[in-house]
Amino acid sequence: MDVAQPTRLATPSSRRELPAILRALPLLSPSLLWLAVFYLVPLGILLLHSVWSTDTVNMVIVRQFTLSSYQSIATDPLFRDVALRTITMAVGVTLTDIVLAFPIAYLIAFRLGRLKTLAFMLVLVPLWSSYLIRAYAWKTILGLDGVLNSFLVAVHILSRPSPAFLYSNLAMFITFTHVWLPFMILPVYTALEKIPRSLLEAAGDLGAPGWRTFLHVVLPLSVPGIVAGAIATFSLTMGDYITPQLLGGPDSQLVGNVIASQFGVTFNWPLGAAFSAVVLVIVAVFLVLANRVGAAGTAR
Amino acid sequence: MMQAPLSPADRLGRGAVAAAGVLVYLFLYLPLVILVLFSFDTSTINGWPIAGWTLSWYQKIGLDDALLAALRNSLTVGLEAVSIAVVLGTLAALAIHRYRFPGREVFLFMATLPIVLPGVVTGIAMLLFFHFFNIDLSLTTVLIGHATFCIVVVLNNVLARLVRVPKELAEAAGDLGANALQTFWHVTLPSIRTAVLSGALLAFTLSFDEVVVTFFLTGRDNTLPMEIWGRLRIGFTPELNAIASLVIAVSVVLVIASQAALREQA
Amino acid sequence: MSNVPVSIELRHVARHYGHVAAVNDVSLSVGRGEFLTLLGPSGCGKTTTLRLIAGFETPSSGEVLIEGRAVQHLPAYKRPVNTVFQNYALFPHMTVHDNVAFGLRMKRVPSDERRRRVSEALSMVRLEGMERRKPAQLSGGQQQRVALARALANRPSVLLLDEPLGALDLKLRRAMQIELRTLNREVGITFIYVTHDQEEALAMSDRIAVMSQGSVLQIGRAEEIYERPTSRFVADFIGETNLIAGRVVSVADGVAGVHLHGGQVMQAQAGGAGREAEVTVAVRPERIRFAGPGETTEGLEGIIAEAVYLGAAIQYVVQLPDGSSVTVRRPAGDEAPRAAGAAVRLTWDPRAATVLTS
Repeated sequence: MDVAQPTRLATPSSRRELPAILRALPLLSPSLLWLAVFYLVPLGILLLHSVWSTDTVNMVIVRQFTLSSYQSIATDPLFRDVALRTITMAVGVTLTDIVLAFPIAYLIAFRLGRLKTLAFMLVLVPLWSSYLIRAYAWKTILGLDGVLNSFLVAVHILSRPSPAFLYSNLAMFITFTHVWLPFMILPVYTALEKIPRSLLEAAGDLGAPGWRTFLHVVLPLSVPGIVAGAIATFSLTMGDYITPQLLGGPDSQLVGNVIASQFGVTFNWPLGAAFSAVVLVIVAVFLVLANRVGAAGTAR
Repeated sequence: MMQAPLSPADRLGRGAVAAAGVLVYLFLYLPLVILVLFSFDTSTINGWPIAGWTLSWYQKIGLDDALLAALRNSLTVGLEAVSIAVVLGTLAALAIHRYRFPGREVFLFMATLPIVLPGVVTGIAMLLFFHFFNIDLSLTTVLIGHATFCIVVVLNNVLARLVRVPKELAEAAGDLGANALQTFWHVTLPSIRTAVLSGALLAFTLSFDEVVVTFFLTGRDNTLPMEIWGRLRIGFTPELNAIASLVIAVSVVLVIASQAALREQA
Repeated sequence: MSNVPVSIELRHVARHYGHVAAVNDVSLSVGRGEFLTLLGPSGCGKTTTLRLIAGFETPSSGEVLIEGRAVQHLPAYKRPVNTVFQNYALFPHMTVHDNVAFGLRMKRVPSDERRRRVSEALSMVRLEGMERRKPAQLSGGQQQRVALARALANRPSVLLLDEPLGALDLKLRRAMQIELRTLNREVGITFIYVTHDQEEALAMSDRIAVMSQGSVLQIGRAEEIYERPTSRFVADFIGETNLIAGRVVSVADGVAGVHLHGGQVMQAQAGGAGREAEVTVAVRPERIRFAGPGETTEGLEGIIAEAVYLGAAIQYVVQLPDGSSVTVRRPAGDEAPRAAGAAVRLTWDPRAATVLTS
């Protein structure tokens, strides 16, 4: 535990110092209270609901401790499939985004002089344009009447528009990759920007051609950025229910929509809560693993 | 400009990276370009080639009361959430930066959760919370949800800047006779001003765009994304392209504004 | 110059940034095993020159030759030289061992031999046993030596050092200067050293190239630079010097008589100046002495304005009739100190003064 220490400002030593916690409290308490009440308490209530059950006859929640929701999740093969599909999708999207993010992050950090700000702003624009809109845009591109089909028919790769693009795992994959890409580019760019240029010159001086400098110096030092981006893309994919509903097929249920659907007509809130708790654990595990990779990368 | 000498292999590598970068940019912008193009398409099917050019969809937006109401709601919620966030987040960042108190690390960890945890979890947790305390869903519950992650965004932004401000500045101010409040006002605040601004801007766009959490907290009044989501579920209407294009245009303006604000500090 | 084989040669090398010439028509050659220092104030082009040799910059014109081979178009990783950077540029994510071994890895030296050579390099810089540490765990002096070891491990024929001792405290710096000089002598590597510290340059180098505004003003051994500067800049930059304006009235046997504006005609090394030329006479404070009574009636007349006791010497500021002043430094024990206000006549050995035309 940290020992209370005086503020960094020059203060006369004759005045008796209040412990740091008391000095911090006036500044801290509004946020602390807000986050405690509106974030931690809700999370607690979520966990509470996960060990309750629903009386489907009377449409009421039975507030008695039971592990039945968790049991359903553990035993139902459907849930396992959904979870597996979601994790696979999340990992796939994360890896793809890492690969896609690097060229842009690298260009902006190292190669672009005066174009740097413009290139950076070009990454921000998609990020700040509504997610819903970008997902919907892919719907128009991949649909039967969409741009992709029209193009493929026009160049005679297809004879007829194909329904295979939309309402499929592929459509979700493309959409996720696209929508989360800026969340990967930014942290990777930040990490690359921090690398002192003299390290690159030193590597060259010691005989490393460009690609080996990238492999041995740039890549290891960009790991913190990759980790931060990976956490974002993984977590975002794990919880998403919008894209599956817009672009997913009948077999494309993800954990997100299974959870969301419990809060619709089904009214199985405890089950939804239990599922959320499971998702929380999965994301937490990923966080720990990612941070372990990050720490190992810099310590090696 | 001629810099270091390059071997042919280096040149090839650089060309490949540049080409890859351009391709990824194209991938990023393809959907946006498509949307904007089709917002002027007379045809109601988003098919290629474009049938004809028209501004009618944009005009229809102006007559769409539900949409305009939703837009108003989004703006209101966004501005209110950001206002709360700027005050609470900045104060908290100052507290964390200046004082080492027990629980500091814990608080910092907690402050990353709203961003790191999936939105669906946050949304459900808050829904259950309101339901538990018999609070009806409304724009207020939406506001509370948005303000929660907005606080965190501003906090992290300001903290990141505070860490980079050389502490000698505050010490010099103290040395010259400024008390804590004066130091804050004359020295600290100006140096974090643009961090507060950029945090606020980022928080606003996150709030304006928010769907995943808002879905669970919405009552009778829709925010813009919720209104769009509702219409998307029903079926496609061409005004959606026009709305989308307008949102893109607004983002462009906001991005330029934020970079301009940041540049003055750099 | 002796018949030492040439290690590095620059032929009319220039480097422009837009209209500004950072390096402006520099030509020099460095002998194998030589310790050459590029000396000059900030912005004189010494670091750019070093980078042109290392391969981090391409010359706008001219040739860079290493062991007779033109390399100006070769990237750094293909050149057989190694650099010690000003801020060390150690790879923070690698251990000391991995840092030092990096160049060997690039050359695909097998790991056993790598380990041996890393040990060898580390013992050369007296850092044995530090292999497993990370740069962040080392002091500034230790980091500097790791940077040196990293370069030396590759057994380069030429070592380029860009103000490597700048961040060290005085005592450590002096110790490192001696170590670097010893390394140069014992291992026989050519050293090209960049610094703005003229004492450092004088202490360590075989030859010094004094640079200003992108050009080499003078290149030569330490005594040459110090005793016989060929320009005002060099005279002024190295040590302390008096620069007295005057006009040449006679030239004979390499000795010029210069009518100083302060009054008298004094003699100095002519250095190629012709009669009637407006020149500057450069003479060091410690080479001027007071003419005794009964000595030659020649001498610069003046009045002592200030006498400062420096411990080992006494420094006088002597004011001349035309208002200008000359600094004179006399060893403290040699003669009776003179007081301010005393009238004196200054004289010097003609060989100790130089006529400068620029």
